[in-house]
Amino acid sequence: MIWKENVECAARADLKELQSGYLRKLIPYIYNNCAVYRRKLDAAGVKPDQIKSIDDIKRLPITTKEDMRDNYPYGLFSAPQDQIAEIHVSSGTTGNPTLVGYTRDDVKLWGEVMARAFCCAGAVPGDTIQIAYGYGLFTGGLGSHYGALEMGLRILPTSSGQTARQLKLMQDFKPRIIACTPSYVLYMAEEAKAMGIDPTQGNWKIGVFGAEPWSESMRREIEAAWNMLATDIYGLSEIIGPGVAQECHYKDGLHVFSDVFYPEILDPTTREEVPEGQSGELVITTLTKQGIPLIRYGTRDIVSIRYDKCRCGRTSPRISKIKGRTDDMIVVRGINVFPSQIEHVLVGIEGTQPHYQIIVDRQARKLDEVEVLVEVEQRFFSDEIKQLNVIREKIRKEIENVLSIGVKVTLVEPKTIARSEGKAKRIVDKRTL
Amino acid sequence: MKITQISVFLENRKGRLYDVCSLLGAHGVNIRALTIAETESFGVLRIVVDKSEAAIKLLRENQFVANFTDVVAIEVPDQPGGLASILKILSEHDVNIEYMYGFVEKFSDKALLVMRFEDTDFAQQVLAKQKIHVVTEKEIEGL
Repeated sequence: MIWKENVECAARADLKELQSGYLRKLIPYIYNNCAVYRRKLDAAGVKPDQIKSIDDIKRLPITTKEDMRDNYPYGLFSAPQDQIAEIHVSSGTTGNPTLVGYTRDDVKLWGEVMARAFCCAGAVPGDTIQIAYGYGLFTGGLGSHYGALEMGLRILPTSSGQTARQLKLMQDFKPRIIACTPSYVLYMAEEAKAMGIDPTQGNWKIGVFGAEPWSESMRREIEAAWNMLATDIYGLSEIIGPGVAQECHYKDGLHVFSDVFYPEILDPTTREEVPEGQSGELVITTLTKQGIPLIRYGTRDIVSIRYDKCRCGRTSPRISKIKGRTDDMIVVRGINVFPSQIEHVLVGIEGTQPHYQIIVDRQARKLDEVEVLVEVEQRFFSDEIKQLNVIREKIRKEIENVLSIGVKVTLVEPKTIARSEGKAKRIVDKRTL
Repeated sequence: MKITQISVFLENRKGRLYDVCSLLGAHGVNIRALTIAETESFGVLRIVVDKSEAAIKLLRENQFVANFTDVVAIEVPDQPGGLASILKILSEHDVNIEYMYGFVEKFSDKALLVMRFEDTDFAQQVLAKQKIHVVTEKEIEGL
């Protein structure tokens, strides 16, 4: 089922027309209502009436996370505060949190794109959904909630945490859909086993997993552990929260709801558009939002994009799974290191699980050192030190093959690496530069 | 007769050995023999206890990685050359020992040793033929 077929399956020319119309209205709206954007547009030498079609978007300045932080709390609002219906903030690791404000229409839009997303994953009206994203200031819980309401799903708003209760409610109410972070659903599989529940016999048949990057190998783990279809949802609170893009059951890219969230893929350094199919930073313009509309917002997520029609019938552009983060990426001795590479290695080794943490450190006047903590699993634990060392060596060699830098692998006790019921902390960078 | 050894993965962190011992102690599990093999970052605790089924369940429930291993407990004459006499027999029959350690108690005037063999079944055959007393699980429980 396709929730909004007329736009999700629209011919590309028609879609462009729709996007152009939205953009022509958006730019004067922002210019007249947001002083920060007026200054940015003036500085770029762009007059609102020069923006006539979606192709003119390239003339507009980029908005960055720093713009959001620097203008906290109200600077980027285009709507007056008495029009704002809901506010979310995401925790900032440095300085101000990132704030988003929705008008009533924005909340409606959110519900609609999330309904499209659940539909795209395979939900049908009447299904039960367990929403185990955190409810509250984090956008995952409430965004999913609005979408499920809009779609007419029966909702179990369990929020995150209290895993034993999550599993009991799954058994009692048999929801066909689970929405949570991918690391949490894997964690719940372990907990289920510990409680004597066989996860392959679980009730969840479709998973809508997001809020953190995850790899194809992790997808295979989840699908095997729970005997379910695991789909990827993409979003970020600055744009709307979850509901920017979603995979259909073909799992061949995430369909971007591009009639409202216009995607571009740019080189992270030059800000030039990369050729179709190549990786770059995903940059999004919110074409219809009112509260805090954003122009060409740099998501810091590295993806590629394609524009061909999907087998499911949708014509919407599809982005790849997140291949990395422009800010998650760490550079060690000149080599780009993404946590997903380590994850991939661990999933590939018999008996290991992708429960790891990368610690980067630098002693004075020495090279950077990378230590990878890997949790010991029952399946590969042995009473003999030499057997454990064989596994450790194997992990080390394979990581070194992938990263091309030397690493130290340390085996740690299970569940000692902060396991997210929200987001996983994969990198600890102790270098003082 | 094989007996059951429990091995537990331990990070080299303060208090981890205490955590295991106090957990077992609080649940009435008595440790009969114990050794720790260590590396720079982790160790493997190997123990023989009176209630091994209950102990491993308890450990796993408390998030420890713990496994069973079959080992053999042998009575060795508690006198100079006592161990050597046993090792001589094993060596002559090409029985490889992975590691060994001693029991805290003994039931006779003989010392009690835990041996982990590369091939436990073969080692047992050799020991039986040589009439070397191998301690049973029951005897351990009764210690």
